[in-house]
Amino acid sequence: MRTFFDKVWDDHVIAKLGDDADLLQIDRLVLHELSGSQVVTALAKAGRKPMNREQVYTVIEHLISTRPGRGPTDSPSKSGPIMIEATRKASREWGFHFIDYDDPRQGIAHVVAPEQGIAFPGATLVCCDSHTSTVGGVGALAWGIGASEAEHVLATQTLAQSKPKTLRVTFDGRLRDGVYAKDMILALIGRIGAQGGIGYATEFAGAAVRSLPIEGRLTLCNMAIEFQSKYGFVPPDDATFEYLAHREFSPKGAAWDQAVAYWRSLATDPGAVFDHEVAIDCDGLAPQVTWGTSPQHVTSIDGIVPRPSDDGEEKALGYMRLEPGTPLAGLAIDVAYIGSCTNARLSDLRAAAAVLKGRKVKAGVQAVCVPGSTPVKHAAEAEGLDLIFKEAGFEWHESACGFCGSIGDNRFADLRVVSTTNRNFEGRQGPKTRTHLASPATVAASAIAGCIADARPLIPNS
Amino acid sequence: MESFHRVTGIAAPLMRINVDTDQIIPTLFLGGTDARGYGKHLFHHWRYREDGAPNPDFLLNQPPYDGAEVLLADRNFGCGSSRERAPKALREFGIRAVIAPSFGGIFFNNCYRNGIVPVELPIEDVREIAREVEASAGEGRVTVDLEAQMVTSPSGRRYVFTAPGTLRAMLLQGVDEIELTLGRRAEIEAFRIRDRARRPWAY
Repeated sequence: MRTFFDKVWDDHVIAKLGDDADLLQIDRLVLHELSGSQVVTALAKAGRKPMNREQVYTVIEHLISTRPGRGPTDSPSKSGPIMIEATRKASREWGFHFIDYDDPRQGIAHVVAPEQGIAFPGATLVCCDSHTSTVGGVGALAWGIGASEAEHVLATQTLAQSKPKTLRVTFDGRLRDGVYAKDMILALIGRIGAQGGIGYATEFAGAAVRSLPIEGRLTLCNMAIEFQSKYGFVPPDDATFEYLAHREFSPKGAAWDQAVAYWRSLATDPGAVFDHEVAIDCDGLAPQVTWGTSPQHVTSIDGIVPRPSDDGEEKALGYMRLEPGTPLAGLAIDVAYIGSCTNARLSDLRAAAAVLKGRKVKAGVQAVCVPGSTPVKHAAEAEGLDLIFKEAGFEWHESACGFCGSIGDNRFADLRVVSTTNRNFEGRQGPKTRTHLASPATVAASAIAGCIADARPLIPNS
Repeated sequence: MESFHRVTGIAAPLMRINVDTDQIIPTLFLGGTDARGYGKHLFHHWRYREDGAPNPDFLLNQPPYDGAEVLLADRNFGCGSSRERAPKALREFGIRAVIAPSFGGIFFNNCYRNGIVPVELPIEDVREIAREVEASAGEGRVTVDLEAQMVTSPSGRRYVFTAPGTLRAMLLQGVDEIELTLGRRAEIEAFRIRDRARRPWAY
């Protein structure tokens, strides 16, 4: 009796390297210009060549501008143009699957990978980005690596890794209206802490996970690294297969049937044992919002800023300029941001638009939407969601990593932001920027109220 | 790859929890395609004031800690982003070892590939070493010995740690990991042929 993780791992072991590490076959290497440019430069400098270009995908997404009408090297980062060009040149020379800034498939790597079928169940997929586990939402075994590890993958299509322990997080019950995957994962991190997953690979299970659409599962897996689990995944099921069928890089015809049969065999066996288990009841779960500088600094939308229990929390309150006892709801904001690999897929934009429809962003609040991919942007425009966003007072951008991290455009400097992103670290979105993490619906409701606000009263039929 | 055997040096007790790689080197300074040039931006927002002058309140700006080769930290050091410039910046500053109760997993692996040894010790032990260092106004030296897997405090107190065998051997020998793996080319090819028959869609 084995877990999904054990099956996928074992199927990729080329060789045992002593007691504590295995040499793994890597099915997909995804590179972006922020770290990928360093990887390709280092490989060329060492006089080496990629082992198998067919298994390498590059996407321009980290440093490219989100400005409508952007050019091929537009970037808020001073070094952006050099890094974009280095990635572009190497991708063309070496013949990688290359998704450039103006490709209709372009977008944030972790949004693009499932969308195009680059990620698939049982695949080992790595990328120089800690949020690579996102694509665990379609049952891939995916994790973030450093540039040296990526160079190793590029040169050998393998990677030496220690096998982690296994953690199963079971989300029981049923989400209420106005509560989303983002709230589930924030509640989990609040419970087990930002270090709760160190050394573990995490399987998300339970009725609430099974009933999540694939996009919600991607959100869940996206934030595994925020509790220090390098790997997070939902073993594949019919919903996964339905999502992946007919995607550009998905197997077709007889190969598809063969693939699905193999993918089904990867499910965790009943009775398989995990090293650790956590259960969360979703029946009573309320929308979540962070108050501090770690994702574990989180409470319900009707919660208050707690009294600090250690130095870290004391520093966090100082940075966030918050007093214990202050209710989160009602806290004035300067910026509402919808974007990132966490929460900028079509279902996220729909949830935000349902709140925004017929309403206006509070005067003085900057409201910005950066769709997770160009296909998401186009699909949203086909439904008229862009008009709802724009009429409400949101900016509507081209797709990229955008304002999730501060790469040179300090437009959120010293402001309070409610954001659908994944990190509320000091300075993450700009110097002295104070970030509160929340779901797209909560961000939309907050944009309208001009302060952190509960979306539920604004959601139709909830 | 740079090797590591043993270091004896000044240890800076930066006893903060959840120090993320955005703090170690902010995204703003990740520019360029080179492998060097990051040390000056180590802990940028803590180390410099807004006008660019060094912040005298920050530990690593204060002698003798400005010459630290060992860093002492609280839990979950190096969490967050996978950026390898984090250990690169630490190494360029002069850090050869970080002692903490736990590390971000990606950062942990990145350290080994940049000549830095991440040492896991229980929080009580890290605090005890920090107390000794502070009692000596930073002058007491700390030794980290990867060969013996031992940390020695300024007073001579010894703490045994365990490093993962494969990474430890790699760092001790300073091997080129890619060269090592390419030496297994036949084994890799044989695996790929078998695997391709079973999972053709993966290739």
